[in-house]
Amino acid sequence: MSTATSTASPMPNWWLGLAARPGQMLAWTLLAMGAIAMMMPLVYMVATSLKLSNEVYELNIIPREPTFENYIYIFKNTRFGLWFVNSLVTSLLVTLSVLFFDSLIGYTLAKFKFRGREVVFIAILTTLMIPTEMLVVPWYLMAKNFGWLNSYWGIMFPGLMTGFGVFLMRQFFAGVPDDYIHAARIDGLGEFAIWWKVAMPLVTPALSALAIFTFLGNWTAFLWPLIATNDRALYTLPVGLASFSGEFLTDWELIMAGATIATLPTLVVFVIFQRYIIRGVVLAGLKG
Amino acid sequence: MASVSLSKVVKRYGDVGIVHGIDLEIANGEFIVVVGPSGCGKSTTLRMIAGLESLSDGTISIGGRVVNTLEPKDRNIAMVFQNYALYPHMTVHRNIAFGLYAAKLPKAEIDRKVREAAALLGLTDLLERRPNALSGGQRQRVAMGRAIVRDPTVFLFDEPLSNLDAQLRGQMRTEIKRLHQSIGTTIVYVTHDQIEAMTLADRIVIMRDGRIEQVGTPLDVFHTPASAFVAGFIGTPTMNLLEVSVAQQNGAPVLALEPGGAALILAPDAAARLGNRNKVLIGLRPDNLTVEPIDAPDASTAGRQKLDATVVVAEPLGVTTQVIVKLAGREVVGMADGRFVPAAGAAVKLACDLDLLHLFDAETRLRLP
Repeated sequence: MSTATSTASPMPNWWLGLAARPGQMLAWTLLAMGAIAMMMPLVYMVATSLKLSNEVYELNIIPREPTFENYIYIFKNTRFGLWFVNSLVTSLLVTLSVLFFDSLIGYTLAKFKFRGREVVFIAILTTLMIPTEMLVVPWYLMAKNFGWLNSYWGIMFPGLMTGFGVFLMRQFFAGVPDDYIHAARIDGLGEFAIWWKVAMPLVTPALSALAIFTFLGNWTAFLWPLIATNDRALYTLPVGLASFSGEFLTDWELIMAGATIATLPTLVVFVIFQRYIIRGVVLAGLKG
Repeated sequence: MASVSLSKVVKRYGDVGIVHGIDLEIANGEFIVVVGPSGCGKSTTLRMIAGLESLSDGTISIGGRVVNTLEPKDRNIAMVFQNYALYPHMTVHRNIAFGLYAAKLPKAEIDRKVREAAALLGLTDLLERRPNALSGGQRQRVAMGRAIVRDPTVFLFDEPLSNLDAQLRGQMRTEIKRLHQSIGTTIVYVTHDQIEAMTLADRIVIMRDGRIEQVGTPLDVFHTPASAFVAGFIGTPTMNLLEVSVAQQNGAPVLALEPGGAALILAPDAAARLGNRNKVLIGLRPDNLTVEPIDAPDASTAGRQKLDATVVVAEPLGVTTQVIVKLAGREVVGMADGRFVPAAGAAVKLACDLDLLHLFDAETRLRLP
C-alpha cells in the first residue's frame, strides 16, 4: 500500500494550488467579493418576496415561514398580470422598432455616400448627450398635443428610434466589406433586399447586443411611462410596482414578489441573445 | 458572350483623376488581363464595367449596348471579388444560387444549374457547407460557381487569386484557363501579378497612372514592350534598364556604359534606331545576360558581346543561378548555369545577347521605333 495517503496534507488539492499562487488567490477573493455584492440584492429580493409582512425588516435570508402568499396576492388583488403584458408588449415593440429603424439608418450612414452624411450622423450623435430628464417635458407636451397620453403609443414613441442604436449599427455596418454589397448588387438584389438579406445577417452580434440593451432599458423604464400614463390599466411593471409604495406605507414583500417575476423576462432575453453575441465574437476570430 | 468597348472612359473623385480617358476594344470571347501596379486605376476600370462605379466621362458598351446608366444587375455580367465575398451565413448551394433566387427562377432549374456548376468546379460534395468550413481554393471555386450559374455575357475577375498561397495560385490559374476554354465567355481579369497576366491572357492591357501603357498579346508585350515601364513590369526577374550615352567608335555609334570604358557595339540596324540621340535607355533581360567563369573561352560573336564584371550576390535557383554583378559601376542581374555559383567579389564574364537588346528614349522612356 502506498504511503502517499498517510502522509498527504489535510488540505484539499485546489487549496494547495491556490496557496502556491498568491496572485490568483487575490483574484479569486476579489471576484468572490464582487459576486457576493452583486448577488445579495437579488437574494434579498427573492427572500423578502417569500416573507410575511411582519418579517420584512428582519435581515434573515431564509424566511421563518416561507410563503407564496405575496405572489398570489399580487395576481389576485392587483392588475399585475396586465402590467406585465403592458411592459412586454411595449418593450418588444420598441425593441423591434429600434432593431429595424436603427439598423436601417446605421446601414445608410455607413454604406451610402451622400452630401451631408457626416452632418446627419453628428446630429444623431448629439441626441445621446441630452439626458432623458430634459426631454420629458417636450415629450409630454408633444404627446398631450397629439392626444397620445394614456396609450401604448404614448409610452413607446420616444424610444422607437435611438441615437445609440444608430451609432452602434453604423459602426458595425462600416466593418462589413463593401464587396458583399457589391456582389449582392450584381446578383440582382434591390437595395432594401441587400440590407435585409445580406448585411443584416452579417451584424447579428450587434443586433443581439442592441436587442438586449433596448429590451432591458424599456422593461425597466420608469420615469416616462409614469408621466405618459395615469390610467392604472396602462401601467407598465415598474410603474405598477411603484404604486405599492404609498405615502405612509410600503408593501415591500409585494414589491419584491413583483420584482422577482419582473426579472424573469430579462433573464430569458439575456440567455437567448448572449449566445448570439458570443457566437459572433467566435466567428469574427475564425475569419481572422 | 459579348464584346466590351471602352471609349474615352474617365473617372474622377472630385478634383482627383483616377482614370484618364482610356479606350479599349475587347472582342467576343476574349480573355483580357488588365495589369499594373497598385493605384494604376485597373480595379476602378473593372468596377466601371461592372457598374459599381459611375463614369465621369466616356462610354462603356457591352455587346454593342451602351451601359453607362444601367444597374449592375442589368448588364448581364458576373464578378469574382478579391476576397470572394461569399455570404458567410449561407451554404455553398445557397451562395451559388443567390443570384438565381433574386432572378426568381423556378426552384428546380436553380438546383439543376447549381449542381451543373458544382460538378464543373468539383464542389458537389461541399454544397451543404458554410464558407468558413472551406479552404481558400474551395472558396475561390464557389465564387466562380456563383459567377458561372448566371450565364453572364462577361466575367469580371478582380484580383481573384491574390489571397491564395503560391502553389494554390498556380492550380487555380490553370482552372480559370480551363474554365475559359470550356465556356468561352469574355473575361476581363484584373491583377497586379504579371505571371497571371502572361499565362492567362489572350491580350494583356498594361495600365499606369490611369492610362493604358500598352495592349498586346503576352509575347508582344514581352518581346516588344512599348515603354521602359512595360519592359520593367513584364517578365521575372525584372529587366535591367540602364541609361547609357551614345559614343562613336570607328565611325559607328556604340553604347558607352561608362566614359571611356566598356561599350556595347550594336548591329547596324539597331545602331540606325539611335538616330542622333546622345543618350538612350537600354533594356536587357537577365536571361539574355549570361554570367560565365572568367576563364571561359572568349567567344564574343556578332550579337553576343562579353564584358568583365564582378559578382555582388549569387542566388542558386537550381536549374539556374541568379547573379547580381557590378558592371561598369552599376548593378545588373544576370543568369548563370545552375552548377556555377560564383563567390561574392569574384571576377566573371557577362555575355550580352545584343540581338535581344531593347532601346528606349532616355527622356520619354518610349521604345525607339
